[in-house]
Amino acid sequence: MTSNDLIEVPILTRVEGEGGVTIRLRDGAIENVQLNIYEPPRLFEALLRGRPLEETPDITARICGICPVAYQMSSVHALEAALGIQITPKIRRLRRLLYCGEWIESHALHIHLLHAPDFFGAASGIALAQRFPDEIKRGLQLKKFGNRMLDVVGGRAIHPINVRVGGFHRLPNAQEMASLIPHFEWGVQAATEATRWVATFSFPDFEQPYEYVSLSHPDEYPMNEGEIVSSTGLKIPVTEYDQNFVEEHVAHSTALHAVRRKERTSYFLGPLARINHNRDRLSPSARSLADEVGLAADCRNPFKNIVARCLELVHAYEEALAILRDYDSSGIAHVDYEYREGSGCAATEAPRGILFHEYRVDQAGKIVSGRIIPPTSQNQRQIERDLLEHLTSRLQAGASRDELAIDCERLVRTYDPCISCSTHFLKVRWEECS
Amino acid sequence: MPRKPRLAVFKFASCDGCQLSLLDAEDELLAICDRVEIAHFAEASSDLQPGPYDVALVEGSITTHEDAERIKRVRADSKFLMTIGACATAGGIQSLRNWGQIDEWVQSVYPSPDFIRTLATSTAIADHVLVDFALHGCPINHHQLVDILVALAEGRQPRVPSHSVCLDCKHRGTVCHVVARGIPCLGPVTQSGCGAICPAYDRGCYGCFGPSQPANTASLVSQFQSQGHSTEKLVPLLRSFNAAAPEFHHASEKLVILGTSSEGRRS
Ligand code: SF4
Ligand code: SF4
Repeated sequence: MTSNDLIEVPILTRVEGEGGVTIRLRDGAIENVQLNIYEPPRLFEALLRGRPLEETPDITARICGICPVAYQMSSVHALEAALGIQITPKIRRLRRLLYCGEWIESHALHIHLLHAPDFFGAASGIALAQRFPDEIKRGLQLKKFGNRMLDVVGGRAIHPINVRVGGFHRLPNAQEMASLIPHFEWGVQAATEATRWVATFSFPDFEQPYEYVSLSHPDEYPMNEGEIVSSTGLKIPVTEYDQNFVEEHVAHSTALHAVRRKERTSYFLGPLARINHNRDRLSPSARSLADEVGLAADCRNPFKNIVARCLELVHAYEEALAILRDYDSSGIAHVDYEYREGSGCAATEAPRGILFHEYRVDQAGKIVSGRIIPPTSQNQRQIERDLLEHLTSRLQAGASRDELAIDCERLVRTYDPCISCSTHFLKVRWEECS
Repeated sequence: MPRKPRLAVFKFASCDGCQLSLLDAEDELLAICDRVEIAHFAEASSDLQPGPYDVALVEGSITTHEDAERIKRVRADSKFLMTIGACATAGGIQSLRNWGQIDEWVQSVYPSPDFIRTLATSTAIADHVLVDFALHGCPINHHQLVDILVALAEGRQPRVPSHSVCLDCKHRGTVCHVVARGIPCLGPVTQSGCGAICPAYDRGCYGCFGPSQPANTASLVSQFQSQGHSTEKLVPLLRSFNAAAPEFHHASEKLVILGTSSEGRRS
């Protein structure tokens, strides 16, 4: 193999963390596409060993500044499973509220500042604001109230300090919670308008026969709890994750790729997967809006992830509003527990999809071992497959290399990959093999 | 009016939380973009312009050979280099590897450790190049960041308060947890900036803003010991997001040498 034609285009931008793509061509056709993640490993699973288990939600939050709540939620649920802790219904609702705050800030950021620019050839959300000042300002406001919610419930928006094993350090202040209500009433409306705006974008024509995987819960839109279901009929408790999924280590990545264990095939996590499996459990406004904007019942176009993300934004605002209206500060902030030897796992729905954690703890309350499988390493194989399919058809349709490089970034961005959960300085590269 | 300063944001080993703080300044973001030119900010814009830059914000610590080289290029390209956050300023949570066996650590996480190239240490940016200003916090406070950017745009020297979290608790009227509940709280030796949130949420400060200047960490630690807190509990408290900051580092080493902790084995 010789690589006599190497074109380097700038690093993958407007994603969390830094990544890149290598495209290999042979005889004018795309032979292989690799999403490279060279993020310097930070070795969280190793550094947790021997630490007091109480620190786990604070430490694992630092894996990702964009979805710290997801790390806190999966870690506390897994540790509670290990310790046999039953939380109260009130704590459970407050956790959903906190998670709504994170979905809101993460989704509003991605929709407006990271992804929308792609549909208008703009370099950034800030550049897009020249053309759509009201829409981008509305997007920033939508993001802001998600952050205010995280401030009130979690103490701060990035790396909240109020989450602990067993519940919260302190229940949120009722007055502060009440002061959020008008903003969340506005938010349901504003997110609805944002969805209508996004639904008018023009989406590339591209569909794939994905295996969608998400959590599913009989009574609610999935966040903290549920079974793992897939569009090919899988339906398992989270404890059977390992029997059905496996991580593989590939040379071009410091992230581990997860695949289906038996078939070794890729699968798709995130907003579209969740909506496809749980559409009837969306909040009333989000559900009717999904029909209004015509999101297909079994949508297979990854570019429409942004529509699904908008609908979840509406949902999160509406559910949060209901919880806020109901809130009083009575009851216990956390359940007490005793140390015991054991292990436990949990999966929750991070903004980008299922985040799996598993821990073993000892009699003295120390972490013996931990395992963390972030959504982006589960989506990685699927992103590569999509790139191969999409770029091949674009190449056949006569797209230039520059156009293909842009397409490549755009497709990767639909997944909202969180490369910080693993990242580095990558370039989109072409390698021509003779 | 003078030319707008050209701003660049660079990432090393980190979680992105500190650079995200800039996007979290929702109310100020568009106004800031009028005052500074965002020349290189990969997380927010595809328009990546080459240096030189007037201000570089550096997030993350140095954990690979390539990054140890890259930070020198960033320095050469930047007039004013500012570290943002505990990773860049002190090495971050990933500096716990400095007390471990790196090969064994990598093996415990990756099935094919040969694919992974990483240094045995995670070090602060200032260990590699001259740093003009350090902003503390894990994450940083975005109000402080905005104030600093405005100061730089106006040609003023940036400043942040250097007192401890403890004083902020007094301002907020939070009852002292060390006195009232006897819990170990790093507030007395931690740099102000967060607004003293942990104590206000009924927990002790775990020092995510790093040591304040001057911090008498050793004397605080002896007080905790006299309240009956074990070395086993105090060492991890000092060794977290700012484990490698000199004041916390020395205090934890001293505890390990004098105490009986099993966690302090230096490799
Ligand atoms: S200092 Fe903390 S918040 Fe900032 S990048 Fe490092 S881990 Fe993230
Ligand atoms: S109180 Fe301490 S640990 Fe908590 S946010 Fe402030 S500096 Fe960080």
